[in-house]
Amino acid sequence: MDLKFLDFEQPIAELEAKIEELRNVEFDNDINISDAIKQLEDKSLQLTESIFSNLSDWQISQLSRHPGRPYTLDYVEHIFTDFHQLHGDRAYADDPAIVCGLARLDGQPVMVIGHQKGRDTKEKIYRNFGMPRPEGYRKALRIMKMAERFHLPVICLIDTPGAYPGIGAEERGQSEAIARNLFEMARLKTPIICTIIGEGGSGGALAIGVGDRLIMLEYSTYSVISPEGCASILWKSADKSQLAAEAMGITSDRIRELGLLDEVVREPLGGGHRNFKSITLNLKEALLRHLADLKQLSIDDVLDRRYQRLLSFGAFTEEMTK
Amino acid sequence: MSWFKKLVPSTIRTEASNKKVTVPEGLWSKCPNCNAILYNSELEKNYSVCPKCEHHMRISARTRLAMFLDEEGREEIGKNIKPTDPLKFKDSKKYKDRISQAQKQTKEHDALVVMKGQLEGQTIVAAAFDFSFMGGSMGSVVGERFVRGVNKSLELGAPFIVFTASGGARMQESLYSLFQMAKTSAALTKLSERGIPYISFMTDPTMGGVSASLAMLGDINVAEPNALIGFAGPRVIEQTVREKLPEGFQRSEFLREHGAIDMIIDRREMRNKISSILALLMAGFLNKPKATDISQTIDDEYALEAENTAELYPDDGV
Repeated sequence: MDLKFLDFEQPIAELEAKIEELRNVEFDNDINISDAIKQLEDKSLQLTESIFSNLSDWQISQLSRHPGRPYTLDYVEHIFTDFHQLHGDRAYADDPAIVCGLARLDGQPVMVIGHQKGRDTKEKIYRNFGMPRPEGYRKALRIMKMAERFHLPVICLIDTPGAYPGIGAEERGQSEAIARNLFEMARLKTPIICTIIGEGGSGGALAIGVGDRLIMLEYSTYSVISPEGCASILWKSADKSQLAAEAMGITSDRIRELGLLDEVVREPLGGGHRNFKSITLNLKEALLRHLADLKQLSIDDVLDRRYQRLLSFGAFTEEMTK
Repeated sequence: MSWFKKLVPSTIRTEASNKKVTVPEGLWSKCPNCNAILYNSELEKNYSVCPKCEHHMRISARTRLAMFLDEEGREEIGKNIKPTDPLKFKDSKKYKDRISQAQKQTKEHDALVVMKGQLEGQTIVAAAFDFSFMGGSMGSVVGERFVRGVNKSLELGAPFIVFTASGGARMQESLYSLFQMAKTSAALTKLSERGIPYISFMTDPTMGGVSASLAMLGDINVAEPNALIGFAGPRVIEQTVREKLPEGFQRSEFLREHGAIDMIIDRREMRNKISSILALLMAGFLNKPKATDISQTIDDEYALEAENTAELYPDDGV
């Protein structure tokens, strides 16, 4: 398997290359060096464990954008059944950067909405690198309204660098499309569970990210602006992205400490891209648990709690006047 | 000292050298658009609109509310809500220091001022962003004050109006600031459900997270002439698409042409026009069918509302 090692994983990559070489030697020459291979494999495992037990925020940010990371349609394939993709905003276009559809989660009918990135160059361009245009958000809203009509819980999978900054996007009202979703999701009469599976890029992420539960995968990130963007504005230099990533607190563990999310779903050693089965299974378990929780409440209670939750966001002081 | 000055008798000399040509500060301003030199008191009388080129200058939140509201009965809402530094954020400067610097410069605690007041005698709640306070960026205090304003509107059954001027979210509050978009939008659903008018009055500039939440959600979306309004900044777009942006891109007139806003209102007419629009919308709000008029299926909330509004507007005979 081509794991596409990141910079900080180079020591692991070198070991793995050596192991691969030895395997070839063993195969070609019909000699037994399996002990040596086993030793190196153990060493590689230890090395991975030690590197991954101490990741910087910037390294996690790189993992969240790893080219091999599972995307929405991978989760759909592994977690859901009976998926029927639904296209188009009924007004202008179908935006491939967001996919929506009917599906079953462990037999229960649900609506799935998620950002979609591409794997190869051609698909990346087709999916616009997971950056939606207004019609993408409007399609998502249309599908949510349908979910509300048919009492289907909504499962949102978030993975975008941000809403697309283009001329057409502005002409067709990118701001309004995002704002409208925030407004409608705050009062949508069906449970909504949101999960950040990769990059949670600002307003473009939030536009399908308002709901009753917020889950983050261990190596996903969520922030108001990309570390690069923040660095170029506040430090006037994109090289300071590492500092910006640390300062903003964009990782799942930091955000949980701030009390802004409900659960961190753990990933297999080395990150979700190394084991689709394991990460999708972990997420499925979490989704089922939260869905069962929400189903115990009346829809009025769900909406009440959602409203209280949304209004509770913020950190400020208030002095009482005499 | 030059040889010529040495020749001049000392009495005259001291007088002459001390007498600098000074212009009293704050008497004149230069229009940033047409460079005309303008007399400040004239400018003020003209609502800080350049009399030569009609350019609408940026004004502070308090100046805006003072221009907009009647003089009587103003009452500030949420002024004791003040910023903190939840992330201990530091870039080239500490967030804490940036806050205190902005507070010193603007004499405000944060970038939004909210007031209950009257507009031509109608009770309303109005909020205004202060662009000079960290670019009018939306952090926790802005979000909370906005919500308090909405709640006051709900309590009084009075219309809510916001004047936006903001670069977007406040990066130094990271996710807290992003979530203010969801928070403010959620609060607005309550106004909508009660049928209380919400007017968004966008001024230069209204971008990013503020544009993509509370600013675009007005029952009526208004903009001042030639204001920059959009989601992504023009420079970011230019770098992304590698194309020259069209003339007037993301300006008020462009937004009206593309259907994003209802109208453009000249600042000098904002009181007249907004009060006229609100009178029409509120007539609808107040003439909602009474509980007794229709069958019992109408719930109690309706009846309560009719009572409340009757108290607030006794002369309307609801």
